[in-house]
Amino acid sequence: MQCNTDNVVYMDNNATTRIAPEVVDAMMPFLTDCYGNPSSMHTFGGQVGHAIEQARSSVANLLGADANEIVFTSCGTESDSTAILSALQTYPEKRHIVTTRVEHPAVKSLCENLDNLTGHKHRVTWLKVEADGTLDMEQYKESLSDDTAIVSVMWANNETGVIFPVKEMAQIAKERGILFHTDGVQAVGKIPMNLRDTKIDFLSMSGHKLHAPKGVGVLYVAKGTPFIPFLNGGHQEHGRRGGTENVASIVGLGTACDLAAANMEEENTRVRALRDKLEQGLLSSVPKSLLNGNKENRLPNTSNISFEYVEGEAILLHMNQYNICASSGSACTSGSLEPSHVLRAMGVPFTAAHGSIRFSLSTYNTEEDVDFVVEKMPAIIANLREMSPFWEE
Amino acid sequence: MWEYTDKVKEHFINPKNVGEVKGADGVGNVGSLACGDALKLTIKIDKNDIITDAKFKTFGCASAIASSSVLTEMLKGMPLKEAKHITNDDIAQALGGLPKEKMHCSVMGREALEAAIADYTGAILPMAQGEVVCDCFGITDLEVIRAVKENNLRSVEEITNFTKAGGGCGKCEDTLRSLLVKTVEDLPASKEEPAKQKRMTTLQKIKKIEEVLEREIKPTLKKDGGSIELIDVDGDFVTVSLRGACSGCHSSQTTLKEYVEKKLREQVLDTLIVEEEK
Ligand SMILES: Cc1ncc(COP(=O)(O)O)c(C=O)c1O
Ligand code: FES
Repeated sequence: MQCNTDNVVYMDNNATTRIAPEVVDAMMPFLTDCYGNPSSMHTFGGQVGHAIEQARSSVANLLGADANEIVFTSCGTESDSTAILSALQTYPEKRHIVTTRVEHPAVKSLCENLDNLTGHKHRVTWLKVEADGTLDMEQYKESLSDDTAIVSVMWANNETGVIFPVKEMAQIAKERGILFHTDGVQAVGKIPMNLRDTKIDFLSMSGHKLHAPKGVGVLYVAKGTPFIPFLNGGHQEHGRRGGTENVASIVGLGTACDLAAANMEEENTRVRALRDKLEQGLLSSVPKSLLNGNKENRLPNTSNISFEYVEGEAILLHMNQYNICASSGSACTSGSLEPSHVLRAMGVPFTAAHGSIRFSLSTYNTEEDVDFVVEKMPAIIANLREMSPFWEE
Repeated sequence: MWEYTDKVKEHFINPKNVGEVKGADGVGNVGSLACGDALKLTIKIDKNDIITDAKFKTFGCASAIASSSVLTEMLKGMPLKEAKHITNDDIAQALGGLPKEKMHCSVMGREALEAAIADYTGAILPMAQGEVVCDCFGITDLEVIRAVKENNLRSVEEITNFTKAGGGCGKCEDTLRSLLVKTVEDLPASKEEPAKQKRMTTLQKIKKIEEVLEREIKPTLKKDGGSIELIDVDGDFVTVSLRGACSGCHSSQTTLKEYVEKKLREQVLDTLIVEEEK
């Protein structure tokens, strides 16, 4: 299969990212000659084990953690499930979980199905968000109880990019003796972090959001945090996750973490400036367009904009005509008949939620990309609005 | 990504007959902003009852726009008598088919056409007389029954694909299921029936519900500064009123469905439907 990337303007990096060429180079030997099993006694396999340990150090370095706190998994979703189910098994007598209304399905669906999964009744507190997508810390504090086994709050939201104060929240949980998990899938690599400075017990990350391949993830388990594996099997990952390692992807993830650490400054300056330019350009050239989510407390790469009176899928398909890639929170694209649960939790009116478009940039975006999108969008929206029975100039 | 036919793409990218016919003889307005799609169809009819012009304005996804566009093409030059018989399937066929989740877009086309014709003839639409069974999308029982009959629907999921009913909060699912069963007399036993259905007298139900409200639900709502009172129990319908901080707030519906109803279903009876007092 051939995919032509020549004219693609890719602004859907919160969905997935391009694998960095450096990452591909680092992986290649492990897809060809270096095929040994890292658990083997012979040098041929054993040397592969060294590559995994090197990758582990790179991940730890990006997170501000120690290498032995890093467990490789198959994806962000597995990491989320592992952390939450581990906490529930650690404290089988505790039957309460605190999370938010805006989590990714990886946490949301899990929490909705806990009773079936564990065979016990659980109570879930779904923390509310304000209109700008931020949390109410008072509600958070009041929600904690002696029955709470774990708090799971995402570091940054995948749809709006809004950042939650997880460091502070973990501190509060710790004081109450409650485990704290954060889904860091969107935050890792985009904002600096130093887990050593926090009371976070578990953090999930996913390779494909930071220019490593799909199908590899990490669960950070803080030293001293009780842990019960999700996949039982061999002694891989020091007995914390059975299954022969996805060597090439793990090595790729290590390289991607090195790149992310090196690019952190750029992500928060050049990429942020591109995002801001795109956002300003769109909001000023398209009437009745509004920003979703807190403007300041946000990932540097994400912009979620609602274009009122038009529908998201229609917008995306017109953008597709120009090879511009983005996402929408509209009902039609979510596969359900209701718009995104994140925007609804924020109380974004249906008129705007149906027409929301998420632009998410990366270090591979250029000034030309932004100019192109700002040039094309106004006509796309105007054209669809002309067709809309609700639109009046 | 949806699999759209070339015909859908063509009508979506270059829609025909966008706008409003001047001095229209019939106007059909269906859908709403909240629902995510809406269509305003205007038609011009000459003295021989031939449709001479048709235009549309649509808010919605690609298949909604394509359905509207292809419908106006079909209508132009068509005798009114014939137009009355256009079905949603005709519209879908003209597009070379639609993904099953998008069939409601073709239904919207047919409904707008019917509304426009009724506007012209002065008839009252039977659909408008039905009783709303799905509040989220304002769908009546007559609309559901018709969709079931015309398209041979056999599950609640299919009803949702064709009419949208049931695709929101989901509280109307039971009503839809019983409508379906009634409409399709010889329906084989539905596998979607809840697993553990017990029989309870109303008094038993009230007692159990009160118990769960006191023990679990009230203490939780109280943390948000709210409270709940049981108003009535009629069959499986439980009417409550939300008081204090939760009443009238936009998330009260969520509280009601995702928390109160879920708890009551878990602990009392899994067929219960919780509603707020109007
Ligand atoms: C916030 C968040 N959590 C979890 C995931 C799931 O990660 P993965 O696709 O690796 O399972 C994603 C990605 O879609 C995400 O954005
Ligand atoms: S009432 Fe039908 S889905 Fe909500």
